[in-house]
Amino acid sequence: MQGVITPLIMIIAILVSLTTMSAGLIWMERRLLALWQDRYGPNRVGPFGLLQVVADMLKIFAKEDWVPPFSDRFVFILAPAVIMSAVLFAFAVVPFAPGISVIDLDIGILFFLAMSSLNIYGIVLAGWASNSKYSLLGGVRGAAQMLSYEVFMGLSLMGVVMLVGTFNLRGIVEAQQGLWFFVPQFPALVIFFIAGLAETHRIPFDLPEAENELVAGYHTEYSGMKFGMFFVGEYLGIVLISALITTLFFGGWLGPVLPPVIWFLLKTMFFIMLFILLRAALPRPRFGQLMSFGWKLMLPLSLLNVLATGAALLLLA
Amino acid sequence: MSAKTEIINELKARFGEGVSEQATLDRIPTVWTSAEHLVEVLKYLKTGARAPYRTLYDLTAIDERVRKNRPGQAQGDFTAVYHLLSMERNSDIRVKVALSGDKLSAPSITGLWKSANWYEREVWDMFGIEFEGHPDLRRILMPHTWKGHPLRKDHPARRTEMGRFEFTEEKLAEEERALKFRPEDWGMKANGNGTEFMFLNMGPHHTGTHGIMRVLLELDGEEIADSALDIGYHHRGAEKMGERQTWHTFIPYTDRVDYLGGVLNNFPYVLAVETLAGIEVPDRAKVIRVMLAELFRIMSHLVWFGTFAQDLGQVSPVFFTFNDRERAFGIIEAICGFRMHPAWFRIGGVAADLPKGWDTLVRSFTKYMPARLKEYEKVVLQNSIIKGRTKGLGKLSLDDAIEWGVTGPNLRACGIPWDLRKKRPYSGYDQFDFEIPTATGGDSYDRVWVRFQEMWQSLRIVEQCLNNMPQGQYKSDHALAAPPRKEKTMKDIETLIDHFLDVSWGPVMPAGEAAFAAEGAKGNNSYYLVSDGGTGSYRTRIRTPSFPHLQTVPGLCRGLEVADLVAILGSIDFVMGDVDR
Repeated sequence: MQGVITPLIMIIAILVSLTTMSAGLIWMERRLLALWQDRYGPNRVGPFGLLQVVADMLKIFAKEDWVPPFSDRFVFILAPAVIMSAVLFAFAVVPFAPGISVIDLDIGILFFLAMSSLNIYGIVLAGWASNSKYSLLGGVRGAAQMLSYEVFMGLSLMGVVMLVGTFNLRGIVEAQQGLWFFVPQFPALVIFFIAGLAETHRIPFDLPEAENELVAGYHTEYSGMKFGMFFVGEYLGIVLISALITTLFFGGWLGPVLPPVIWFLLKTMFFIMLFILLRAALPRPRFGQLMSFGWKLMLPLSLLNVLATGAALLLLA
Repeated sequence: MSAKTEIINELKARFGEGVSEQATLDRIPTVWTSAEHLVEVLKYLKTGARAPYRTLYDLTAIDERVRKNRPGQAQGDFTAVYHLLSMERNSDIRVKVALSGDKLSAPSITGLWKSANWYEREVWDMFGIEFEGHPDLRRILMPHTWKGHPLRKDHPARRTEMGRFEFTEEKLAEEERALKFRPEDWGMKANGNGTEFMFLNMGPHHTGTHGIMRVLLELDGEEIADSALDIGYHHRGAEKMGERQTWHTFIPYTDRVDYLGGVLNNFPYVLAVETLAGIEVPDRAKVIRVMLAELFRIMSHLVWFGTFAQDLGQVSPVFFTFNDRERAFGIIEAICGFRMHPAWFRIGGVAADLPKGWDTLVRSFTKYMPARLKEYEKVVLQNSIIKGRTKGLGKLSLDDAIEWGVTGPNLRACGIPWDLRKKRPYSGYDQFDFEIPTATGGDSYDRVWVRFQEMWQSLRIVEQCLNNMPQGQYKSDHALAAPPRKEKTMKDIETLIDHFLDVSWGPVMPAGEAAFAAEGAKGNNSYYLVSDGGTGSYRTRIRTPSFPHLQTVPGLCRGLEVADLVAILGSIDFVMGDVDR
């Protein structure tokens, strides 16, 4: 019995804290953007506007959950669930602190990559099932973008894997006792960060949504909580990528004085804010530019990084 | 006046009896010709004459059926008016054709100017004049199911004159039929090059179209194979209202034409009325007008700048520029009591003198702006993603620009310093020290750059107004200035009579015609007024810059992607109120 209950509690605790966190992120992003854009942001509901999230949640639950009659009903409903569950699954392998993780998989990184690939299905299916032209364009853009950025996302992590010799995320954190990997693997960090941006389709990689061009891209036809799931899925994605950057390059939970979980949260928070700052600062490139940036610059760079890491390891061995 | 007679003599020598002259109250030479000579005369003016008139500046019509005062003009029920512009000569010419009979028709000049397409459609829509040989003569501003031609004198201007409106089942069905999209109606085809095209309806409600406009896209993947624009959703009958209002009470309507331009719209209107009346405006009023106009130019450009960056996905600049605009609105509000549409200019001056402390407000603004502009330059103009997306995009060559009737910053981005503030200084612009920024590429980035530099120049002008505001009256003492100054009304009988008449009826302008063009925020904006010696205009023609600018879009975006279309639309800076009027 004990063997089942402890993981179950862990799963529920992580699930609840993640969804609350990503909901809280909506508030944080709006406040931070407001700060950078010379305005107030939500500051009326509750202290500092914190309860705005609660109000929004209540609203979104109470909204009419409309399924367009012209859509492919089953797939239309499935798509947001795919996105959200794929991201949540990926969190299973993230070690928040020693002992705090859902599962300690030896193929942790591979599992994460597999789950983030599943994410594409959510977008493509949403774009396709909506049976609307804007959604379709958004879905096609999303598929092409994520496929090409996935390639070097995986490659950029190979440097880290070569250094440690394992795909296990806990093992990777423990291997960073002496030196955090952002020092030897700096190019990989940059590449992974960019790929992560594309993965979460945030500005400047928000082409699947691109509200100035495609209205809302793949989720144009979605309303109510189904839209909410795309939304929360996106924020969960940001948390996931930030958590992985922390784990892979910044020593995970490692740090002096403070408890490990706090260190992990602080580092993750820093990268989340970086995501938000980028949104406040950058415009969006054209689709062709995005693709050629990925294939012509990022892919060769990540290959070079693997090559250089391998050479260094051979020389030092 | 010699330039005026020169071209008329040239035309007379060539076409003999085919042309005759008409006197107007402005300085634009005006000739009459007949429908059969029309194309020849226009062709000669466009290609044959020395320093030719290469721009079709405006094309409109007048319903002459109830006009009383038109001595020496050709008889006819309707008059088609072709307004040409020669930038080389810095001169305009008006060519008129009288049309009568049951079937009004004139030859189409779409073969001479591509830009005539929309203008002729508009004249057909508004007056029911047919243009033979026009490729696509359909309604453009009114709904396709509209009955009648609104600018005809027998078409009602008020809802109460129209009879009861009922939305019956048949009417609903008819409207729905009219909404059905058929690619052939828009000159597009469903198949080509072995692919089946996808038609995407962008708008009328779309974030990228800046107002209610519909872009019909024929897409091959994301590539735009062809496109068409559907305008008219924002049509409010401003020209028809001009015939209904008095000279004075029409001023607030002008504000709303280019709704970001505020008093920049008042400018050409009051100048045209003052040309009709022969009013000389006092210096102080002139400088107040220039100062407000330049503030509005900055504000209009700020809105455009922010939304342009937003179009390219940059979310922050729009908040910054709206904040700056808010500061400028503080000044406008203190002076005029209104913000976006102050309707502050009056015939003969401005509505009231500057309030106490206006200089402090303006000074703090001119001190505040430079740092902001420098920041925007770094954040937007020097951003490599912005550069990558706009450089070389939507190139408009100088010849095409002139041909299409493009004016304002969009034209200056093609390499010609055509700015009416310099070329035909009005309201004392020749007394100011400022430059006309130009670029040579004619692409989206250049258009953005030129407009951005204009904000610097406008700031310079505002500063000069601030430091050199003349003393004196804010409104002319002329009997037709409206509303008349009240100081002397109770002291002498003449002024009392003028005041009484001007306030109760509105001023009566002498019969005649005058047009005035001013440099608006988006390009040349002009008002062509026909007075029949009444308290209101007989015909008000509003020539707006956005109308011809928008017409160039399908040509600019062919072969590009949807994202590029948004970048082009953003760089052109149009306002739908300015297009549809």
